[in-house]
Amino acid sequence: MGRVLAVIIWIVTLLSVLLFVSGKWWLPAAISDHAPALDRQFMITIIVVGISFTAAQIGLGWMVWKYRDTGKAGERATYSHGSNRLEVLWTVITAVVFIALGVMGQSVWASLRLHDAPPGSYTVEVVAQQFQWNFHYAGKDGKFGRTEPRLIDDSALNFIGLDPSDASSADDSVTAALAIPVNRPVELRLRSKDVIHNFWVPQLRFKQDLVPGMEIKVHFTANRVGKYELACAELCGQLHFKMKSYMLVLPEDELTALQALPQEQFQARMTELLAKYPLPQY
Amino acid sequence: MAETHEGAHEAPHEVHRHPAPTGFIRKYIFSLDHKVIGIQYIMLALAAVIVGMLMSLLMRLKLSWPDHKWAILAWLFPTGAPDGLMNPEFYLSLVTMHGTIMVFFVLTTAPQGGFGNYFLPIQIGAEDMAFPVLNMMSFWVTFVGFIAILLAIFVEGNHALGEWFGATLGTSFAGGSGTVGPIGGWTGYAPLSSVGKIAGPGQGAGMNLWVISIAIFCIGSLLGALNFITTLLNMRTKGMSLMRMPLTCWAWFTTAVLALLSFPVLLGGGILLLLDRIAATSFFTPAGLYFTGVLSGTSPNFPLHTGGSPILWQHLFWFFGHPEVYIAILPGMGATSHILATFARKPVFGYRAMVFAIFAIGLLGFFVWGHHMFISGMSPYSAIAFSILTLSIGVPSAVKTFNWIGTLWGARIRFTTAMLFAIGFVSLFVAGGITGLILGQSSLDLPMHDTYIVPAHFHLVMGVASIFGMFAATYFWFPKMFGRLMNERIGRIHFWVTFLGVYAIFMPMHVMGLQGMPRRYSQFTEYHFLDTLHPLVIFVSVSAIITIAVQFLFYFNVFWSMFKGEKAGENPWEATTLEWNTTSPPPHDNFAGVLPTVYHGPYEFAVPGAPRDYVMQSEVDVEVPSGDGHNGHKH
Repeated sequence: MGRVLAVIIWIVTLLSVLLFVSGKWWLPAAISDHAPALDRQFMITIIVVGISFTAAQIGLGWMVWKYRDTGKAGERATYSHGSNRLEVLWTVITAVVFIALGVMGQSVWASLRLHDAPPGSYTVEVVAQQFQWNFHYAGKDGKFGRTEPRLIDDSALNFIGLDPSDASSADDSVTAALAIPVNRPVELRLRSKDVIHNFWVPQLRFKQDLVPGMEIKVHFTANRVGKYELACAELCGQLHFKMKSYMLVLPEDELTALQALPQEQFQARMTELLAKYPLPQY
Repeated sequence: MAETHEGAHEAPHEVHRHPAPTGFIRKYIFSLDHKVIGIQYIMLALAAVIVGMLMSLLMRLKLSWPDHKWAILAWLFPTGAPDGLMNPEFYLSLVTMHGTIMVFFVLTTAPQGGFGNYFLPIQIGAEDMAFPVLNMMSFWVTFVGFIAILLAIFVEGNHALGEWFGATLGTSFAGGSGTVGPIGGWTGYAPLSSVGKIAGPGQGAGMNLWVISIAIFCIGSLLGALNFITTLLNMRTKGMSLMRMPLTCWAWFTTAVLALLSFPVLLGGGILLLLDRIAATSFFTPAGLYFTGVLSGTSPNFPLHTGGSPILWQHLFWFFGHPEVYIAILPGMGATSHILATFARKPVFGYRAMVFAIFAIGLLGFFVWGHHMFISGMSPYSAIAFSILTLSIGVPSAVKTFNWIGTLWGARIRFTTAMLFAIGFVSLFVAGGITGLILGQSSLDLPMHDTYIVPAHFHLVMGVASIFGMFAATYFWFPKMFGRLMNERIGRIHFWVTFLGVYAIFMPMHVMGLQGMPRRYSQFTEYHFLDTLHPLVIFVSVSAIITIAVQFLFYFNVFWSMFKGEKAGENPWEATTLEWNTTSPPPHDNFAGVLPTVYHGPYEFAVPGAPRDYVMQSEVDVEVPSGDGHNGHKH
């Protein structure tokens, strides 16, 4: 039985490793400036993970294979309570490797999260609500109109409570899809009207909760033009599974032209752009 | 060596505590006997795990065949699955109930309340727990919590049973949402969970009961934890120094300390959440919320809330929630160490290091809760601290793994079913735990958070590995508890299929997560980036169906062996610790009036020169070279 168990452990290990290295299922091709560093850190980590996993399973299988009870009378196991030298050795080795990984794992995080968006970033306000995304663009004047919960009225399509009496809201647009420029830092100001939602674009290697009662500012730079699926990744209620939108990464001139349009034309143009760009191949 | 004979000729001290009860109710229902209470906890877990497991089966059906109409479901759940097509709220309430029932009523009851209750007093040579009445209360409080969580399933549906419960509880079902229970996942994030029905299906009376159930459960666990700690510290028999305790006792002790320090936080959080829900307070509910046309404060259905913090709930929840994963797995680690040594016929490798590692895991477990919240909006600086602390918790975990493998080195392994499951535990603990290196890094959490790699990780390590620990414990201790052995042939089939099955279920979930598949989606039909994953989703479901089916063999084995199993003697496994020093099952006071005295460490197997290949802790006239489990013995 020991040999069968050993072989099964090894086979399971091999199949598990193959599942990962097959490349059939993997992170989608990245489109953000921070992604290469993040993917590199991911590769380093998964190699450490893979080696540790494989080594431990091979070791376990080997013990099970080799040290089964042969049933010979009088034969006993090795009498040993352990070895302090080995304990110190493997404690130090794992501590160094794991903590080094942990420290390395902070660099992308620090570059994205420990400072504000660079000046000149393109800014969009994101207001999530149950099963719908609202993206608020500042329009030509570059200033966001004032919003207030009191003014929210879904039935009148004022989803974010935009104040019409505020002059800077006149040229603002609110749409259900996100358009951002390529190769320019983007700042998102994330809010939620009701429950916690999560902004998640797999290609962007980026995720952030939208928490009601808070405005969370995040930033990133997308570097490939195209249309990408945008999902909610925090359980937000009944129709969470289809709280879907798209993120359009546009050439700067196309975005500038879009930005200059008044609300109705903005909507129509957005629809055209969504049709123009295909989804990436998966 | 000198202490080997110490006290050998002293008269064993006698005990005269509460006499054995005679009536059925005092003996089996409201029993004060820790052994009966332990079995009650195990039975509770066996009942709960069937519910939780069948819920996961329903979830797999929905995920794999989202458009299939299951006639049987239409009949069983007319509101949750009209025409046999499960609706999203039904699916999400299954997610919630599966998680809650499994984490609280299975992974926290069986390992600690069940096996811990039964064996901790016997293994330290005590006649019972320190506070038998408290012990009885802790079980019955937990039982009430279980009833409450079951009720939560029903109060929102508008099927007949639900209506009856609803009438009893004074809640209305008019226009029932078609939900079968609360929606919020086992984490119940506010404000989805804190504002009531306005937030949609699954947020009504069922959610109140969900919170109440968890609060009740916290109280039960607290009572239990106090009892474990007091018993272990005060009631060890003569000669049972701390470093002679079996590793199981260290694990149960540390688990009890974790429970004592973490459950009160959840209890407090739960009460605050309930107040937000029913008294319109604003602990977790911010101002200015707007749901389906209603602004907070403008309607009687949605009272005014001001200034609460949703993230505060997450802090309180995870301050409990992270230690909870160690509460679930530490007893499994203890059982695995114990069983590995017994069937390896070899002392535990690095006993002292194992004790320190349990402590280190328990201690660090309190400083890493923030890794559940990297992308929650909390301070990005705290994420860095939480991240590095999280990676360092991998160190004691790795130390334990090395020592388990070290225990097998040079062994003479006997492959009983219990041993197979213990070895399976090590394999699964490595497989599940190692991906913590990925999820613990704040940077990598940006793509990985809330994708399927998270359920893959925690199901393998805190779910399946813990359960493997409990399977091993069941096959191992069953003869002591019921005086009969479980059927080994059925046990082996159970092991092989389950071992392969859980790998087949959870390994593919990792790569689904890499590709970005989000958790808690009731179907994957809306996103093209998930299309190529569909074959894997079906593969996982088929694996799950087979694995679930095989678990009924285990149930059969348990109940059949109770009455028909081969009779076991006092010590069928030739083991060393005190529970094997008494009859199977043990008498009411465990040692028939004479508490044993301990002379050796817990795992003295293969001692050179000893007459047998094992030296029991209570054996007097055997010389053991390093009798109290010290490291560093050279040979």
